[in-house]
Amino acid sequence: MSSGLSLRDRVAIASVRGVNWVSRALRRGAGTVAGGNIGLKISPHLLVSLARDRTIVLVSGTNGKTTTTALVAAGWGGDVASNTTGANMPAGHVAALARNRTTRVVLETDEAWLGEVVTATDPAVVVLLNLSRDQLDRANEVRRIAERWRAALATLEPSTVVVANANDPLVVWAAGDAANVRWCDVPTPWRADAQSCPRCTLPIEFDDVRWHCSCGFAKPTDLTTSLRGHLIVAGRTLELSLGVPGVFNEANAAMALSALHELGVDLGDALTRVNAVSTVAGRFSVRAWRGRRVRLLLAKNPAGFDALLSTLRADNDDVWIAINARLADGHDPSWLYDVAFETLRGRTVWCLGERRLDLATRLDYADVDVRVVDDLDDLPTSDDPVTLFANYTAFSEWLERSTPC
Amino acid sequence: MLRIATLLPDLLGTYGDGGNATVLVARARARGIACEVVEMRRNDAVPTASLYLMGGGEDGPQRLACEVLRASNFGERVRDGAQVFAVCAGLQILGRHFSVEGDDEFEGLGLVDIATRRGTTRSVGDLCAKVDGRLMVGFENHGGVTTLGDGLVAFGDVVRGRGNDGVVDGFRTESLWATYAHGPVLAQNPWLADKILESALGETLEPFTSVADRLYEERCRELSPRSGFEDRRRDPH
Repeated sequence: MSSGLSLRDRVAIASVRGVNWVSRALRRGAGTVAGGNIGLKISPHLLVSLARDRTIVLVSGTNGKTTTTALVAAGWGGDVASNTTGANMPAGHVAALARNRTTRVVLETDEAWLGEVVTATDPAVVVLLNLSRDQLDRANEVRRIAERWRAALATLEPSTVVVANANDPLVVWAAGDAANVRWCDVPTPWRADAQSCPRCTLPIEFDDVRWHCSCGFAKPTDLTTSLRGHLIVAGRTLELSLGVPGVFNEANAAMALSALHELGVDLGDALTRVNAVSTVAGRFSVRAWRGRRVRLLLAKNPAGFDALLSTLRADNDDVWIAINARLADGHDPSWLYDVAFETLRGRTVWCLGERRLDLATRLDYADVDVRVVDDLDDLPTSDDPVTLFANYTAFSEWLERSTPC
Repeated sequence: MLRIATLLPDLLGTYGDGGNATVLVARARARGIACEVVEMRRNDAVPTASLYLMGGGEDGPQRLACEVLRASNFGERVRDGAQVFAVCAGLQILGRHFSVEGDDEFEGLGLVDIATRRGTTRSVGDLCAKVDGRLMVGFENHGGVTTLGDGLVAFGDVVRGRGNDGVVDGFRTESLWATYAHGPVLAQNPWLADKILESALGETLEPFTSVADRLYEERCRELSPRSGFEDRRRDPH
């Protein structure tokens, strides 16, 4: 592979690896973005060079990117290069590709960067999961992202397969001009951002199975993957028995398996490996903190939060929620009012994080009993298990604060 | 019975704007006042209510919401004395015209003499305004610059952020309240929620304390120009 690299690229790659090695050694971070940025400075087209002659899968969407990326990597089997630390913009991609030079690659890709990364990497498969409101202070409007995806995907050759969620009208619009699409019929309960047609703005009508607009824009009928009770990929019925919870993860697994099928991976083998995944970057893991068993769930936008609330067991788990509003979380916690917290009525919720008062106010107005935790020492001691929902930076803090069980 | 109607939450409700209805109902009921919320969705007639709430929305849905309301009897309801609390896109729709999707101009409901054009930049961040001597804290995310007609009173004076034009935010008439502070602005400002309730009910409310008061104090401390690091940075001592 190195034969295709210029001297400039080789210097850049050495810099990426060197800087990231130092960064990790100094424990200054996960060791990805700093080196990636320096590499891109030295050689602006480094991502193009590093992607050449490799089989690349890109995964994008509002929710499920990290999990689906991990499921594709696991399901593929063997050595797969991937940006597992969550650095999902070009600097992170460059770092992942420089660190592991294997030919098989799966990259989680930030929604706003998908167009650039598609152009740079000439992917074999692009997985489009869903689009909904998330960090609107940064992304502004979710429809603009759908438009940008549409323009970028229209330029793809038929050699790139787009694996797209047929139940999300914004995703269908985005993939609509791509040359080669596999449509996946997977559960997508969040519809609040697709009430008006992305083509003509008229109302979209939904029923249990289909959706359509009077302008003719409608759910695709040529479905190759279907998850309704059981999973069918390319005519083959598969028995999902996932180690990660929730219907939303079944949808992620269905899309991951569809991508793997397009790569020529045997579906039976892939399924066994996908079922075996039980935690992804700490998410869904049960960890120990001050003698308590804490199940960590990353919940950072309304669609994701609603999906995770439905995995809360009806037993006497303590519920802790931690909310921050730093750059990576989005500075505006208004979205808390789009989460169906009313389902927590009858429980007591301990409110944590820098925006715990915003959270406590939201829950109080939903008639949920709240405790504002100004000091971690105020958290109750008991043997009951804890389920902790946390948004991005709060989740990282709790992952660091806790230890494996 | 206080009846509150949320207008087109399926089109105008991008930033948790539904929270304003939740807050008003909870605060009315806490005083023992019977209260109900009805939603007007796209294909519904405008329900009878003494207070209408309008949220924010993306460009396409905003235009659609405006068309739906223009074809309805919403204007008559307002002229008959109903109160309206509108944020962001809701604010723009109430006026004479607004620009979305580039520079194309769209006709608004014309219930108030304001006009909104697309600004050169988008304003995203904290928005604070002095409203009747008190600080209103909130968040804005919009690309509009709104001009008020002669004699029209602004909702507040901007202390931080842009609002209409960097100087004033929103507008206030006998029946209309409008601000660029989107989302659950009434959750962060319990006093403002009570003011709107009092206006819709035509009576003074008993005091009511909750965790929202702590939130308001914290946000004021965080965002007020009189405190916080910005002032300390200016002060040489």
